[in-house]
Amino acid sequence: MATSNNKRAQATVHGYNLPDEAGHFGPYGGLFVAETLMESIEELNEAYVKFMQDPEFLAELDADLQDYVGRPSPIYHAQRLSKEIGGAQVYLKREDLNHTGAHKINNTVGQALLAKRMGKTRIIAETGAGQHGVATATVAARLGLECVVYMGAEDIQRQSPNVYRMRLLGATVVPVVSGSQTLKDALSEALRDWVTNIDNTYYIIGTVAGPHPYPAMVRDFQTIIGREGREQMLNKTGALPNALVACVGGGSNAIGLFHPFIEDDGVKIYGVEAAGLGVETGKHSAPLCAGKPGVLHGNRTYLMADEDGAIIETHSISAGLDYPAVGPEHSWLKDIGRAQYVNITDDEALAAFHQLTRVEGIIPALESSHAVAYATKLAKTMDKEETILVCLSGRGDKDIFTIAKIEGIEL
Amino acid sequence: MSRLDDCFAALDAANKKALIPFVTAGDPNADFTLTCMHEMVQAGANIIELGVPFSDPMSDGPVIQKASERALAAGMSLKGVIALVKQFRKTDQKTPLILMGYLNPIEFMGYERFAEKASQAGVDGVLTVDIPPEESADLIAAYEKHALAPIFLLSPTSNETRIKKIAAVAKGYIYYVSLKGVTGAGHLELGDVEQKVRQIKQHTALPIAVGFGVKNSDIAANIAKISDAVVVGSALINCITDHAGNEQHGREAIDDLLVGMRTAMDAVPRD
Repeated sequence: MATSNNKRAQATVHGYNLPDEAGHFGPYGGLFVAETLMESIEELNEAYVKFMQDPEFLAELDADLQDYVGRPSPIYHAQRLSKEIGGAQVYLKREDLNHTGAHKINNTVGQALLAKRMGKTRIIAETGAGQHGVATATVAARLGLECVVYMGAEDIQRQSPNVYRMRLLGATVVPVVSGSQTLKDALSEALRDWVTNIDNTYYIIGTVAGPHPYPAMVRDFQTIIGREGREQMLNKTGALPNALVACVGGGSNAIGLFHPFIEDDGVKIYGVEAAGLGVETGKHSAPLCAGKPGVLHGNRTYLMADEDGAIIETHSISAGLDYPAVGPEHSWLKDIGRAQYVNITDDEALAAFHQLTRVEGIIPALESSHAVAYATKLAKTMDKEETILVCLSGRGDKDIFTIAKIEGIEL
Repeated sequence: MSRLDDCFAALDAANKKALIPFVTAGDPNADFTLTCMHEMVQAGANIIELGVPFSDPMSDGPVIQKASERALAAGMSLKGVIALVKQFRKTDQKTPLILMGYLNPIEFMGYERFAEKASQAGVDGVLTVDIPPEESADLIAAYEKHALAPIFLLSPTSNETRIKKIAAVAKGYIYYVSLKGVTGAGHLELGDVEQKVRQIKQHTALPIAVGFGVKNSDIAANIAKISDAVVVGSALINCITDHAGNEQHGREAIDDLLVGMRTAMDAVPRD
C-alpha cells in the first residue's frame, strides 16, 4: 500500500542547521533520559562536539573509512532493471559492498574511535537483525575492546548466522527476554547496562535514534553516503538525481543519504517504511505513515503505541526495520514536507529482492529491498531521462535463510 | 499546605522518617493494589508511590519490568491508575500519593489533561523517570496549575550543576537513587549515600528520599539515619511474586516487610 501521489510537491528548505544545541529538530529529538544517565550523556556530547572538529580525529576516521571499510562505495547504474521498469534511470549507492556488508560500519567505526579517545574499554550495542551487532563486534575486535551485544531472544532465533559471526569476533551476545524480545527491548536492555557500568562503558547506538547527541552524531557518521553519492551522480550524470529513495527503520542509512541533499530544491526525497502485512492490518513497522508523536528511548518522535501510550509490537519481514519508532530528524522532515514517507509491504519487498537479484546479479538485504521496491514504483511515473538514487544499504546474504523458509525451501 | 508538606512536617514533629513503599499499580490486578495500598498505610507507610506500568521501562530492573508486564496484561493504564487513586481517596484523604512512571503515557494523554485528572483524583506528586528538568518546562507548568509536585531523581553521578538545576524546579521531595544501575540492583554503599545526601542538602530545603537497593530492615534503618525518607520497591514486588496465586499471602508478606522496616527505622535515634 504505497502512497499513490508520487508527484506531490515537496517543500524547499534553506539554511538547514538542525538539531539545536539541545538536540531538537523542531518539537522532535531532545534528551529524554533518567538522571542516572545524564552525566554519561553530557560526557559523550562534549567528546562528540570536540572530536568532530578535531582534524586528527577526522583524518583517522577518513583513513579507516578508506582502508578498513573500503570507501568510497560506488554508485551503479542498474541499466537492466531500469529498462525492465521502463521509466527513470535507477542508480544504486552500493553500501552493500562495505566491509561487513552494510552501511552500519560507517557509524561503528566512527563511534569506536570516539570511545577510544574517551578512554572507554568496554563497548555495548543493541542489535535487531544483527548487522549493527556484527559491525560493532568488528570494530571492537580491531581496537581490542570488550564487546557485549544485546539482542532480542526472538531475533537470536531468526538471525543465527549473525549471532555466530558476533561470537567469532569475540563479542558476548546477551539474549533479551523482556517485553517483545526484539530490537526495542534490546535497546532498553543496553541502556540498563550503560547506566550500571557508566564508568568504563561506551554505548554504540546503531541508528539515528536515542537521546541527543546520538541522532545527530550517527547522522554525521552516515552522511558520507550522501556526500559521496552527490558527487558521484554529478560526475557520472552531470546532474543531481531527481529523487532519492532509502528504507527507514530507525533511519540511519536514509538520513545519511538524504542530509547532504536537503537544500537541493530539485531533489525529491522518499523514505520507505515497512508496511509488513499492510498498514491497514496494523501488522507493520511504519510509525511515520501510521503512528503519532510520543517519547521513547530518549527522544520525541513518531512512534507506534496504543491509545494509552503503551508501545505496540511491530511486524516486518525484515528484522532491521522491525522497530516501533524512528529517528527524530525524519519526523521533522515529514512535518515540514521536505521528505515524503511511504511504505512497502513484505510481499512487495520480496518481489523486489528477487527482481534485483535476477536482473542485476545483486542480492539486496530485505531492508534495502523495500527501497528498491518503492524506487521501482516511482521510476514508472518518471521520464527515462530522469534519475533516482537508491541507497542499497546492505547485502542480502544474511536473509537467504528467511527467504528460503518463506518459500518452503530447506537449506 | 499540601498533603506532602503536612506529612513531612508531622513526621518531623514526631522525630520520624518517612517510609515510602512503591508498588506497580495493577500488579497483579487493580483490586489487589487498592487493598494493598490501605494495608501498607496500616503497616506504617507514610507516602505511597504508585508505579504506572509502561511497556518499555528502561530504568527498571527485571523485578519491576515483570510487574509492569503483568499489570499491562491485566489491563492497567494511566487512566486506570488515576481511577485507582480516586477509589483510594474515598477512604483515605491523608496519605500522599505519588505516581511514578515514564513519559509516553502522559504525552499521549496530554500534559494539561493528565495534570487536571490526576489532581482531581487526589494525586499529590508525579515522578516521571525519563524527563530531565531541561525538557520539563511545559510539564512543570501544567503541574503548577493543578498543584501537583514535580518530583525528580538525583543520582550518584549528578554533579553540583545538576543538583542545583534540579533543586530549582523540584517540589515535594527529591528522590536520590542510591546506586549506579536500575531499580532493585545490587549493593548500596552507605558512606557514599551519606556524603551525597549531605551535598544535596546544601542546595535544597526539600526532604531527601533514598531508594534503589533497599532490600531489608537493616538497610532501611541505615538509610533512615542519613536521609528523610526510605523508598522500597523491588523487595515488595518480590513478595507478590513469591506468593503468586495467593494474593492474601502476598499482601501479608508486604505488610510484614513494611512493619519490620517501620520498627527498625523508628528505633534509630534522631540526630
